[in-house]
Amino acid sequence: MEQNVFRKYWLAVLGVVLILVALWMVFLYVPTVTQDGHPFAQRIFYFHVPVDWVAFLSFFIVFIASIAYLRTRDRKWDNIAHSSAELGIIFTSLMLLTGMIWARPAWGVYWVWDPRLTTALVLWFIYVAYLLVRSYAGEEVRGARFAAVLGIVGFIDVPIVALAIVLWRTQHPAPLVFEGGLDGKMMATLMVSLAAFTCLFASLLRVRFSLRKAEYLLRSIEQE
Amino acid sequence: MSTLGKALAITRKDILSEARSKEIVFSALIFAILVIIIFNFAFGADQTSMTLVAPGILWVTFTFAGVLSLNRSFVAEKEENCLEGLMIAPMPREVIYIGKGLGSLLFMVVIEIIALPIFTVLFNVSALSLPVIVITLLATIGFAAVGTLFSALAVNTKARDMVLPILFLPVVVPVIISAVKATSLALTGSGWSDLGSWLAILGAFDVIFMVVSFWVFPFIVEE
Repeated sequence: MEQNVFRKYWLAVLGVVLILVALWMVFLYVPTVTQDGHPFAQRIFYFHVPVDWVAFLSFFIVFIASIAYLRTRDRKWDNIAHSSAELGIIFTSLMLLTGMIWARPAWGVYWVWDPRLTTALVLWFIYVAYLLVRSYAGEEVRGARFAAVLGIVGFIDVPIVALAIVLWRTQHPAPLVFEGGLDGKMMATLMVSLAAFTCLFASLLRVRFSLRKAEYLLRSIEQE
Repeated sequence: MSTLGKALAITRKDILSEARSKEIVFSALIFAILVIIIFNFAFGADQTSMTLVAPGILWVTFTFAGVLSLNRSFVAEKEENCLEGLMIAPMPREVIYIGKGLGSLLFMVVIEIIALPIFTVLFNVSALSLPVIVITLLATIGFAAVGTLFSALAVNTKARDMVLPILFLPVVVPVIISAVKATSLALTGSGWSDLGSWLAILGAFDVIFMVVSFWVFPFIVEE
């Protein structure tokens, strides 16, 4: 029993520990970068980037699970895709919100119609449609099938959306990470924060997955 | 009968039924002209601001008229249970996609052929040039490729009229952006070389979504 509990919650525990470490690093460890006279605004970067990564990861999981569902018709895959899409919308919303909070001091406005922001917004709408299709479909199995189609089409659309909007001039800061623009401490903080959010995502996905599995079971018992 | 022949038979059926009812083209066309006129009220009539907003107006009009006509594409099939007839026909389901897609493309092109000159006259812009026509054709192929897939999906849901725009609009965002930008360049007299990258995005979108939709369509019309 005890071992079972550990196996069930180790990801969540690891996530909590990593998030506490990340908080310490973000506020006390990492050097201050004063940006346009705002010494603290830049620190949101360490939450914003991991949230972006998790949002993208979740939609990638939706894509893969959707293909797997259409191929195997195993409800497990639909459950994964559905749970991951819900989390993806939460993290995309967080991505837009943290971005806006940063944009206000940095750019003076909450929102600009910049390529990356616009792409994120379009992404958000595609996956809201993904959830709506399920509830509009009537039957559950049909909804799963329709959603899987949208999970594939929507994900393939993302690079084209990004490409189209990137042809406009971009205002979003270019990804510094790949150009070596971050010093050691900043890089370490970002990495810990990335790991923390990935653990958080994985444990949330796991909880949502088993919750939905229990819902299926309950419904099938009720029908008998 | 070859695969293409079967698809064309479906398209022919749609054209015949449309020629008799004139349901899709006529209503979508009236709608498109109304949208153009409403926008004229919204933005005032001075020439400089018109040239600036004209490409946007054109593509909002074509997008909404497209949604309207795509929405009808599978409604008749569903209401008269014709879809079941198509599904028991001895052919792969992908053929239905090609046939219906060609029909929708044709109807939208007819609407655009009539709406473009009207737009040119009312807004005093030179929209009847070869670049604008090429852009319109490429964008409309993209609309038909995605729209036929989502139209077949929407017709099997409860709120069918609402579902199509909710699915369709975010996915065709790259088409709308590219079409508006390219049209704006074309209207201000830029050459083909300036349009290149936008036309490339439109072309890439068309090819990718024709292939993907072709592949996933059978999953939509399973029952």
